[in-house]
Amino acid sequence: MKLQKNTLFALYSVLESAARPGRQLSAREIARKHRISPHHLAKVLHTLAQAGVVESVRGVGGGYRFAGNAKRLTLMDVIELFEDFSAPRRRAGAGIEFAVGSVLDEIDEIAKATFRSITIATMLKLVTRKRK
Amino acid sequence: MKARVRNVRAGDLEQVAAIDAEITRLPKPGYWAQIHRRYGSGRRQQRFFLVAEAAGRIEGFVIGEVRDWEFGSPRCGWVFAISVRPRARLAGVGSRLLQAICGRFQRLGVTKVRTMLARDNQLILSFFRSQGMMAAPFIPLELDLA
Repeated sequence: MKLQKNTLFALYSVLESAARPGRQLSAREIARKHRISPHHLAKVLHTLAQAGVVESVRGVGGGYRFAGNAKRLTLMDVIELFEDFSAPRRRAGAGIEFAVGSVLDEIDEIAKATFRSITIATMLKLVTRKRK
Repeated sequence: MKARVRNVRAGDLEQVAAIDAEITRLPKPGYWAQIHRRYGSGRRQQRFFLVAEAAGRIEGFVIGEVRDWEFGSPRCGWVFAISVRPRARLAGVGSRLLQAICGRFQRLGVTKVRTMLARDNQLILSFFRSQGMMAAPFIPLELDLA
């Protein structure tokens, strides 16, 4: 499973905002930190705001702040906003195609289970541990 | 609610079985007495069966043991089961149980703890993840024999 850039940017944004609950972060601030285009990031943040994961704060000093429940929101909840996992499984075909598809399915299922099991709160703990 | 973690006693088994049946919906007659004999009684230097008790009631349990060279791995602790009564969740009972068994493992010189669970068991997977557990360098495999 390869995540699109938008998905990665969304994960960075959610983690940045969840690490500072109650504080507004501008798209420019997040973009600068992760060396990504503010214009590109603005679209990602818009999608996150529509889903209620972050809320946008208008006006001077406005930006985005985390609006989810870090102990409940999983990586998968964020990823699914940007990736389509409803695509037909690769099991079509027979013989070689089926066998290769089965192995790719296996990898996808493990990846999905991993994303579903990790909450934003757990990720923030991981970030802290990795800094030490 | 502050749960106290202690070694299991024979008198706890009924509540342990009830917690398991409530969660898994699979009553296992005879199983818990067997597990108690193996993990909870007699000389059990490397095996642990702990319960969390609050106000005289068993709120959860954890079972594990230290194994040497299991799957080719140097000595490490394995957690085979951990369960918390649904109504007692979100109060840190599971964390205390896991910390307690990890403490027992550490006293035996163990520096690594492992577990294995169904990948669709999101609740327990999330719990272990929240405790800092990461994917291990093992891949479970199976084969249909029928």
